[in-house]
Order: sequence, then structure tokens, then C-alpha cells
Amino acid sequence: MKNRKQIDFTGAISSIFAIFIGLLVGLIVLMLSNYRQALPGFFTILTGSLTHGMKGVGQVFYYATPIILTGLSVGFAFKTGLFNIGASGQFIVGAFGAVYVGIMFKNIGSVHWIIAVLASVLFGAIWGSVPGILKAYFNVNEVIASIMMNYIGMYAVNWTVKGYKPLFNNLRNESKNVAATAEIPRMGLDSLFPGSSVNGGFIIAVITAIIIFIILNKTTFGYELKAVGYNRNASKYAGINEKKSIILSMTIAGAVSGLAGGLLYLAGTGKHIEIVDKLAPEGFNGISVALLGVCHPIGILFAGIFIAYLTAGGFYLQLFEFSTEIIDIIIAVIIYFSAFALIVKTLIAKYSKRKHSKGSIKSSGSEGGI
Amino acid sequence: MSVVYFIFQQTMFFAIPLLIVALGGMFSERSGVVNIALEGIMTMGAFTSILFLNLSADSLSGQGQLLIAIVIAMVTGSMFSALHAYAAINMKADQTISGTALNMFAPAFAIFIARIIQGVQQIQFANTFRIDAVPILGSIPFIGDLFFKNTYITTFIGIAILVLATIVLYKTKFGLRLRACGEHPHAADAAGINVYRMQYAGVLISGALAGLGGLVFVVPTSTNFNATVSGYGFLALAVLIFGQWKPVKIMGASLFFGLTKAVAASYSGIPFLSNLGIPSYLFKMIPYIATLVVLIFTSKNSMAPRASGVPYDKGQR
Repeated sequence: MKNRKQIDFTGAISSIFAIFIGLLVGLIVLMLSNYRQALPGFFTILTGSLTHGMKGVGQVFYYATPIILTGLSVGFAFKTGLFNIGASGQFIVGAFGAVYVGIMFKNIGSVHWIIAVLASVLFGAIWGSVPGILKAYFNVNEVIASIMMNYIGMYAVNWTVKGYKPLFNNLRNESKNVAATAEIPRMGLDSLFPGSSVNGGFIIAVITAIIIFIILNKTTFGYELKAVGYNRNASKYAGINEKKSIILSMTIAGAVSGLAGGLLYLAGTGKHIEIVDKLAPEGFNGISVALLGVCHPIGILFAGIFIAYLTAGGFYLQLFEFSTEIIDIIIAVIIYFSAFALIVKTLIAKYSKRKHSKGSIKSSGSEGGI
Repeated sequence: MSVVYFIFQQTMFFAIPLLIVALGGMFSERSGVVNIALEGIMTMGAFTSILFLNLSADSLSGQGQLLIAIVIAMVTGSMFSALHAYAAINMKADQTISGTALNMFAPAFAIFIARIIQGVQQIQFANTFRIDAVPILGSIPFIGDLFFKNTYITTFIGIAILVLATIVLYKTKFGLRLRACGEHPHAADAAGINVYRMQYAGVLISGALAGLGGLVFVVPTSTNFNATVSGYGFLALAVLIFGQWKPVKIMGASLFFGLTKAVAASYSGIPFLSNLGIPSYLFKMIPYIATLVVLIFTSKNSMAPRASGVPYDKGQR
């Protein structure tokens, strides 16, 4: 028990180390590009999202909702030994499922939004399961299969939305509005954060994080998934159906990414599926969130809020002569240095070991080991 | 007949960057380092070299300017990939993570710097590089029309890189050592090869080629650079696997991808194809679906370098 706590601790330390360096690099880039505005600009990044009080906080939660979920998707797959770079495709296919139900099923009353959200989960799960099946039965590298599924998903969604009249808003080249009944209820968050766009989606994201945590850490099922991730052959030998595990991992990851798409496009904030040949950035942001949260569901929750916080602060950078891409630069540097986690961990381990052995030498001083 | 020439020329515009970048990826993976950062490196290479084209437009033009831009793209690419090499080789980092970081960094950096220098993120350049017809060779019937008309010097550079890469990989001591590091680094180390140095070489070569590929992708198909190479780096990764990490097969794969891309981009101008009534989105999806299908048939006996993606640790048994 004590040992496990220590591992969690080093994970957090390496993330904080990475965040520190990322912010430092961001500051240096700002300094080099315009030293006079660098400090106020940097200060804006750090505190900008708080300038409007509770409304600002609500906006942060609104931005955090989809990337927490794509982060959970990537992180969950990572824990089970799979790299889900396909969150982007699963996200947009899930969003399509939600928008389709949101526009087409008009007369089902108050359960409308629930059905729409479930549709997004289902569509995302189907899209995620394909790389899983290909990996389990044909040994296809899931990274490449997911990348292909990203593009296939994006084109398929654009094709369907554009080709199917009831869904398509010809004038704005995007999907039509979903019915008002399909919009996600505020669940009381609007009185807590007046004026912001946050809605019940954030609560759903938090609950999803908790569910994923329980699955991974408290159930036999989750244990099996992780075991297959560590060693496919050993798990097979131990009697785990390793093919089923791989497929289920990818299906769940896809379902969570799909949910992210559904919640964002049902938020009632004027978000529509635009017909452009561009992959959804939320999927790739999910990778950053997962890595920063060391693939731990609760860590991902905080990492998502943190990145949303920086992004929201970045919007206020328009006041200065900096473009908001500085936020992406900072996040990229954070991710780069979080890849060094292994080295940081060994350094910490070495340090604490040395401390430990020093202590033991002191206590058994008279024997004179070294 | 002119339709055939047109399609062929279009195919080359799409296939040559894929070929160059996938060959770059091959050098990296064959040395044992997975390079998922090809997309970001392409973006970086295209960014600096096209910025050069933009800034030097008053004093330079034509093939000389393009050749300098090529050198700049290659140097930028290998410098940027050195970050990946350092993380993957020295720090034993997860190679997908550091690659993802590079992919994220490149477009943000390109936009940020472009905005500082010129206010907008698109970088314009004047395309003075098209060769209408190569002297003498262009007048050969059929072959002249196919290869030596309406072309770019980069096409020939791409073919030269293919020949060179094949020779280096299979006919030189360096190539043999590089492949050994990708298959069994401990055995290579025991035979006296400096594994770290070979892996650095592999990644830096891949960076140079990916940077060049970024420039080669943008020049024939556009007149401005908007901080993106439209997923070509990821596509090159697919070409690499499709081509089973072998130069000649990579060429075949990139030609196939190039053809489908060219058809998707220009099918409406070709009476034979537009009469079929196939929606354009299907053409756009074909390269990706085809890759999945081919992967299903080839992945059982994958020819991937055995140690690719595993950080090499000297002390490990």
C-alpha cells in the first residue's frame, strides 16, 4: 500500500515538473517575441480565465468537458496497452450519432437528450471497436488503423451530413440545429456559474472519470484488461480471453470519445458539424490531457481542467500582440517533458533510495558497512 | 491521351512527397526508433523553407532559390527531429509521446512565428519553379510527355533519393549496421556497433527527408503555406507500413496513394470518371480504406523491424 502511494506521487511530480518547464518555455518565447508585453501576457495566460469570476470558471468547465472525455478515452486505452490516436474519428462519429438523433427524433419528449447522448456513445463505440477487432484478429497495428479510421470517419460524417437533406444547412455549410429537447439540461450548474455555457455534460464527464477509475482499479474485468496490456501471451496463458479484452478496451475507449462528441454538439452553444476536411482537434487534445494526467482517471480530470484553464486564459491574449498558439506551444512542451517521466521517476527513486540507505547506515552505524 | 498525362503528373505531385517522407520514416524505424512525428517535422521543414521563399522573393527566383530552400528544409527537419532523437534515445522516453508533442508543437510554432513576422499565418510565395519542358528529354514522344513536361525538379530529387536510399540501406556498411540496430540492438552492440550513434543517424536522416517532404508537398500544389501539411505525415506512416519498410515497395505504395489522391482531387475534370457518378467523398476515402484492407492481409507476418519502438538500454539483458 505504501509502495503504491509512492508511485502515484512520482507521477504527479513528473507532471508538475513538465508543467513548470512548459510554462518557462512559454515565458521565454513571449520574451523573445516581444519582451515589453511578455510579463503581462504571461500573467494573462495564468489568470485570464478568472477575470469574469464564476462565469469564467464555468467556461473553463465547459471547455474541459470534451477534452476530459477524450483524455479518459486515450488514457483508458493506454492503461490497457493500446495507443488510441483515433479519438478524433470516434469523437466526430459520436457527434454525428448525437446530432442525427437530435435532429430526426423530434417527438420523444424529455428523454430526447438521453437517447441522443446514448447514440453518441454507441456510434463512438462502433468506430472504436474496428481497430480493436483488427488488432485482435489480424494483428494490425492499432495506431495506424486508428489514424485511418480518423480520416474515414471524418469523410463519412461530412458525406452523410452533406448528402442527407434533413441534416444539412445549405446556407452555412454545416449541420442543422438539434431540437431544443435534445440539448443537455443545465443540471443546476447555470445558477452556480451564471452566464457561462457549462451544462450537465461536465457532471457526466466527472461521473465517467469515476466509473473508469472503478473499472480499472476495483474490478476483475479491469484487471484483465490491464494484464493483457502488460503481456498478451502471459494473460492468454493465465486464462484471459485476450482477443475479447483488446476489442472491449478499444470499444470502451471509442464509446467515451463518442460521448465527448455527443456532449459538445448537444451543448446548445451553437456548435454544428462543419463540412470541412479537417480532423477534430478535441481528439488530439485528449492525447495531451491523458499524458499530462499520467493516464490516471482522476489525474486526467484535473489535467483536462488545467488545459482548459490555459486555453481559456489564452483567449484574453488577443489584448496583446500575441496569438493564442502560444498555448499550444506550452502544452506541446509540457507533453514533451512528460515523456521524460521515466527518467524523472528513476531520479526520484535513486534519490529516495540513497536517502533510505543513508538512514539505514546511520541506524546500523556500528557494524560499519561501507 | 492528354488525360493520362495529366493524371500522371498530378499523381507525381502527391506521390513524391509521400515517397520522400516514408523513406525518411524507414531510416528511423529501421534503426529502431518509431517516428510518429513525421507530420510535425514536415510542417517545420515547409515552414522555414517557404518563409525563405517568401523573404527572398525580391532577390532570388527559379531553380536556384528552390535548391537553397531544399537545403533549409532538410536542415530544419533534422534539427527538429533531434528533439525526438534526444527524448527517444538519451531519455528513453515513450516514442509515441515525444512524437505527439512534436506534432503538436510544429503548427503552433509556425503560426505563432508567422504572425509575429508578417501579421498573418498564411505565408505566400511565388511559384517560379515549374519546368514546362526539360530541354531535349521533353521532346521524346510519350516518355517526354510523361516525365519531362510540366514537372518540378523535386520530382527528380525524389527519385534520386529512392535510388540512394536503396543503395545505402542494402549495399553499404552503414545500412547493414542501421538495420542490425533495428532488429537486435544488443547483438549489434556486442559486434562493436555504437547503437546510440546509429539511432541518432536514423532519426536525423528521417528528419531531413521529412523536412524536405514538407516543402515538396507544398510547392507544386499551392501558392501559400498555412501551417499544415494536411495529414501527409500520417499518410506517409501508412505508406511506410503498406510498403513493409522496404524502399521499392514504399515507392509502389506511394504511387498507389498518389494516384487515388490525384483522382480524388481532379476526377471532376475527367469525363470518364465524372460520368461514373461516384461521389467525391468516396474517392477521398479510398486511400484510407485500401490501407486498412491491405493491413489486414499483411499484418499477420509483419516485416516490422523487431526492436522498433523499444528504447535501447545497454544494461538490459
